[in-house]
Amino acid sequence: MTNPSAGLIGGASAGKADPKRVGDKVFGALAGASGIMILVILAAVATFLLVQGAPALFADPAKLISQGYGEFASWVLPYAFGTVWAATLALAMAVPVAIGIALFISHYAPRRLAQPLGYVIDLLAAVPSVVFGLWGAELLAPAVKGLYSWLNANLGFIPLFSGQVSGTGRTILTAAVVLAVMVLPIITSLSREVFLQAPRLHEEAALALGATRWEMIRMAVLPFARPGIIAAVMLGLGRALGETMAVTMVLSGGRSISFEVLTSQNPNTIAATIALNFPEAFGLKTNQLIAAGLVLFLITLVVNMIARWIVSRRAEYSGAN
Amino acid sequence: MKTKLISAAALVTASTLAFAGCAANEGGASTTTLTGKGASSQKAAQEKWVAAFQTANTGVTVNYAPDGSGAGRSAFIAGAAQFAGSDRAFKDEEMGAGKFAGCAATSNALNLPIYVSPIAVIYKLDGVDSLALDEATLASIFTGKIKNWNDAAIAKLNPKAKLPDLAITAVHRADDSGTTNNFTDTMAQLAPSVWTESASDTWPAAFGGEAANGTSGVVGAVANGTGTIGYADASAAKNVGIADLLVNGKPLKPTAEAAAAILDASKTVPGRSANDLAYKLDRTTGGAYPAVLVSYAIVCETYKDASVAKLVKSYVGYIASADGQQAAAASAGSAPLSATLQAKVKTAVDSIK
Repeated sequence: MTNPSAGLIGGASAGKADPKRVGDKVFGALAGASGIMILVILAAVATFLLVQGAPALFADPAKLISQGYGEFASWVLPYAFGTVWAATLALAMAVPVAIGIALFISHYAPRRLAQPLGYVIDLLAAVPSVVFGLWGAELLAPAVKGLYSWLNANLGFIPLFSGQVSGTGRTILTAAVVLAVMVLPIITSLSREVFLQAPRLHEEAALALGATRWEMIRMAVLPFARPGIIAAVMLGLGRALGETMAVTMVLSGGRSISFEVLTSQNPNTIAATIALNFPEAFGLKTNQLIAAGLVLFLITLVVNMIARWIVSRRAEYSGAN
Repeated sequence: MKTKLISAAALVTASTLAFAGCAANEGGASTTTLTGKGASSQKAAQEKWVAAFQTANTGVTVNYAPDGSGAGRSAFIAGAAQFAGSDRAFKDEEMGAGKFAGCAATSNALNLPIYVSPIAVIYKLDGVDSLALDEATLASIFTGKIKNWNDAAIAKLNPKAKLPDLAITAVHRADDSGTTNNFTDTMAQLAPSVWTESASDTWPAAFGGEAANGTSGVVGAVANGTGTIGYADASAAKNVGIADLLVNGKPLKPTAEAAAAILDASKTVPGRSANDLAYKLDRTTGGAYPAVLVSYAIVCETYKDASVAKLVKSYVGYIASADGQQAAAASAGSAPLSATLQAKVKTAVDSIK
């Protein structure tokens, strides 16, 4: 973070009463305030979740069973599982494709094709989630149910594809495909930017040494871009974990912990559960849903911390330094 | 500094609101705004009623927020809504004089049925145009005991139909809803040996099946699927087959007349005032379509504010009138209350003070 040039400028202006100093001060204060604001907002959200969720978190289990949705830990566990499971499936599909698209745009495609393709990808990020939800529920699900029956009949021995196949196609696999499409533009855009920043000299050196284009990418681009890719994936994961509307519309969710991806019995996500039940919830049920929101908040926090840790650990090995 | 400014602004807003509230509650100036909150099942009907009522009574504003029955009942208890729409009446333990903030201290609440809608059993099965199911078979399908369309129990009831060898996907509501409550109550009353859970807004997790969000979600999932079956408000059942219910061997369709008949055959909850029309639905009555959603308007016996009472009387009075019921039937596909029941609700509305 310590930028030597920034230090030089600061040192030079410190001695004299430079009129530019006022601008520096104002801008510094504004930037500092913005930084603090983020912390304040985060703290406010956490406080809200804690205060509103506390009545459910600390309630007598018997009271939760009669007035809420049931004992908290066992109630929220399937949803927490569903949240992570759906996001994992989505990333498993989205990450390879996103990196492929990003590499194509940055290193393979001719300029004339690369730019419009980049715009199209960014456009995909601007599609509202409710539109993705409609697309998933009305078009994708009916379209894939035949494929699901086939997978179930022919590859049913794999536990992932076993069980009673759904008659509507509204399974967690469909939801994960929709999520994958939604996180694709985020991961692609960021990865593309990182790939473009790979040191030109490294690339040319690799090519000069006789590397093919793929070998050049593997030796010069990917190691350099690894922390950036991880950061991009984590941003995508954040969206996948918290996505509400599309999952609510597409997924036939319940409260089961199951790895089967083709059945009607799918674990719902926390965000979708809150969206589904909040309109009719009152009293302790509202508290319990907010407490579930707290669990989602914690999951996101933990995931992000792990990502930070990976990025910081990998940074030393990358070509960046 | 910032917080001071914000709190000052909040204070100003709050006091303005408070003063506005005072003005509205003053006995002298008559209230012209009526606030209702509650069941989303009544949404389409309430929109129609509000539009018609406001056209007939210029200068009056009625707001109905379809936030859900539970929200409506809470708001009514807290006095935040002057009437509530609810897919169930207040239970005995929830009733009682003085429990409702918007009502006079000695006043109890009144539960008035205003919206009756049949719940259709909808299905999508290629090549099968008509389907009849009796109570035990229907309950077995939704509890997951009957898993295939070519099951002997279904075949016996539909000798003419060519039933395919296809898994049944039973679709239920993913969100809490009055429709689920009335459907599960129907199953619990008609087929208690198969349906082992009691009625509730939430679909019993033990029975599994496929979940979809809202009425449109269920209808969409059934219509887009293969071998699907579900339940939804009859007025929303488009592009799907509608099954007949065989009750005591008699096939019943979810028509308005068959649905409204159930209230005439049922008794009100005992031990309440004569004007409280909370019904304990008897779904086993022969001839009446059993899967019916009855939604209530909950009002005060005596309002704190006489001008609110006047407004509630004229609005709910209009809803329960033949005109109001016909308007809802035309726009929301509900079943109009029978003439006898309209008269009963009118008597109750007239008693509001």
